[in-house]
Amino acid sequence: MFGLHYKLEKHSMALVLGIIFVASIGGLVEIAPLFTIDETVEDAPDLRIYTPLELAGRNIYIREGCYACHSQMIRTLRDEVERYGPYSLAVESKHDHPMQWGSKRTGPDLARIGDKYSDEWQVAHLVDPRAVVPQSIMPSYKFLARTSLRTDDLGLHLTALRRVGVPYTDEMVTNAAADAIAQAGTDGSAGLTARYGEATQARVFDGDPGKVTEMDALVAYLQILGRLTNAAHTNSQPPEE
Amino acid sequence: MVAQLTRAERQLSLLILGLLSLCGLVMAAGANDDLFALHGALVLVFAMGLGFLILSSLHAPEPHPGRLAEYYDDPSRVGIVLTMGWALFGLAIGDWVAWMLAYPQLTFDAAWASFGRIRPIHTTAVIFGFGGNALITTSYHVVQRTCRTRLAGQFSPWFVLLGYNLFCLLAVTGYPLGITQSKEYAEPEWYVDLWLCVVWVTYLVLYIRTLARRREPHIYVANWYYLAFIVVVAMLHIINNLAMPVAWNHSRAYSAFAGVQDAMTQWWYGHNAVAFFLTAGFLGMMYYYLPVRAQRPIFSYRMSIISFWGITFMYMWAGSHHLHYTALPHWVQTLGMTFSLILLIPSWGSAANALLTLNGAWHKVRDDATLRFMMVAAIFYGLTTFEGSFMAIRAVNSLSHYTDWTVGHVHAGALGWVALISFGALYSLTPALWGRERMHSAWAVEAHFWLALAGTLIYVFAMWNSGVIQGLMWRTYDTGGTLAYSFVDSLVAMHPYYIARAVGGALFLAGAAIGAWNVWMTIKGPSSASQPAGIDQPLSVLAGE
Repeated sequence: MFGLHYKLEKHSMALVLGIIFVASIGGLVEIAPLFTIDETVEDAPDLRIYTPLELAGRNIYIREGCYACHSQMIRTLRDEVERYGPYSLAVESKHDHPMQWGSKRTGPDLARIGDKYSDEWQVAHLVDPRAVVPQSIMPSYKFLARTSLRTDDLGLHLTALRRVGVPYTDEMVTNAAADAIAQAGTDGSAGLTARYGEATQARVFDGDPGKVTEMDALVAYLQILGRLTNAAHTNSQPPEE
Repeated sequence: MVAQLTRAERQLSLLILGLLSLCGLVMAAGANDDLFALHGALVLVFAMGLGFLILSSLHAPEPHPGRLAEYYDDPSRVGIVLTMGWALFGLAIGDWVAWMLAYPQLTFDAAWASFGRIRPIHTTAVIFGFGGNALITTSYHVVQRTCRTRLAGQFSPWFVLLGYNLFCLLAVTGYPLGITQSKEYAEPEWYVDLWLCVVWVTYLVLYIRTLARRREPHIYVANWYYLAFIVVVAMLHIINNLAMPVAWNHSRAYSAFAGVQDAMTQWWYGHNAVAFFLTAGFLGMMYYYLPVRAQRPIFSYRMSIISFWGITFMYMWAGSHHLHYTALPHWVQTLGMTFSLILLIPSWGSAANALLTLNGAWHKVRDDATLRFMMVAAIFYGLTTFEGSFMAIRAVNSLSHYTDWTVGHVHAGALGWVALISFGALYSLTPALWGRERMHSAWAVEAHFWLALAGTLIYVFAMWNSGVIQGLMWRTYDTGGTLAYSFVDSLVAMHPYYIARAVGGALFLAGAAIGAWNVWMTIKGPSSASQPAGIDQPLSVLAGE
């Protein structure tokens, strides 16, 4: 064995190929089957996809680096289930490009934050976290409430997501900007609910009907977290302990 | 910089910089969003700045032809300065975010200064800015000495070094503006990733071509590690960053994978960024500078072989231990845990090989702070890899995951191992490259060593405490069978540890500042007739057995 290596280390290309071969095996065995084994992601026929406004909110969540302090992955442990709600299933992030499972809880998990607090609470908390939770160390995001949301490129966003596998229709792409504005306004949202489902929440999220702000988008996203499918609530497998 | 290039090479540089300027101009002028335009402008300014530098000495005399028979160290000299600059910047930002967690009003209500945007500046600046530059700088030096040949290119070493720094610059300017794809330790967006691909492939080609020119029959062990670092980081970077841009002129892209597949790919990348960026590369550094500084051959050649292939094979399986108890299928979690445990064997093999090399030279460790940096680094490497294997056990991970314990673990490795071995290597390399007998101030090296060690220990103990307390509070039940503490209770309990951590970070930063001053004074100081012993060591002294 050492004799063989004695020869190997005289050939730089052999060494390179050896490294590539040896280093590829782990990834091939662990990652490739996740795409082919059907049980990896559960079936959830009721799974909805993000509306353009929720998607825009999700992009603000990503831009602000919320994942650095908040996870969106409740583990199969009893204390987590009791603290946060039913543990997370793979199907719940099936359309999340990229996922926001996170790795650190400087703040609490957000996987089931949707509908847990009112819009007013969410806005007040984002504007000044310590006004709502005096001990909080979260930064203030009051600039979101005064920043208009960019909607004109949302069609392009939906198209890009469709290319990586999210089932957005032509109609959704065409109406992306209008749907975002409709969801955060008071002018009716019949087309929006027809496209994205009756459960879609349309209202003035930031308390200001005057304009569609980044606050509207982020709160719309937070209020949908954990509510795109009911699969985790109907799942009968108990937590692991 | 320019003096060693021929006129044709200077013209080639101008051509490449012209193309890069054009790219920047097109990005700035044709952008669909403002952030993309800003980055285009930055590329333009960067390329034009370098272009002017070359233009100003385009007609300087042709370099001496004899240089091709000598080592090519100009890129390493510039690399040392860049490395120290990124170290100071990255550590300072890190200490700022540390204070921010104790006193959240330190964001000054500015959008760009919130924790979520600043934290990736810290991680990118220290890992890729400081660590990456240290690796490129030392790899240029080590590959030439151990192969007894000059770098196989005059222009490409500059392209790699400066192109890589453009990547770092685009990354850290992107986050405060809001450009990120949110993949941890791979935050830069698609166009920055593409640029890094170009730079990295050039680096690989340069490295292989230099190895091919070697005048030694064998490739020395340090080069195996540098090679694994370059090759595997390329694999990881390309696969984890596969993404679909919103438009060619838009800063945002959506990653190719979603949900559980994306999570597994991300932590396959994330853990192996630790393995091949922060471990393999720095082991390469250790395998050269430690034996040279101690003037002792490597303890065991066979141990280096076993450790090298063990690390290269097994690390790639370990990433799933970041996803214990999640929606990742159970079999992948079990595989990740198993390999993380076996991984301790090659990890400790490397650490032991380093420490046993010092047998017979312990008096030097006592007297020479530079060697002591490397010795303590090897100890922290052993401790951190043990802790890592321990934390990969599912039951332990159920407590440690999501807590500050992970942060403490990472910093034991990053400060104790990566930073200390780098400073040790830089203190060996700087006097040699500038023809000085030793560093400007031995006292300053000593002060840096103790500040760095004290800072690391304070940091790590603070985070161990806070992490374990956090984990326990989250899972404690009262006698009535309900959870005993709210999340906010655990947050309040962290406050003293967050202050202690920031103090530890400040000590580490102070040490690095002294180090930067010392490096600068060494560069500015008078050159000496006598060279430091051993830095250009031929291979025979390095190889064990």
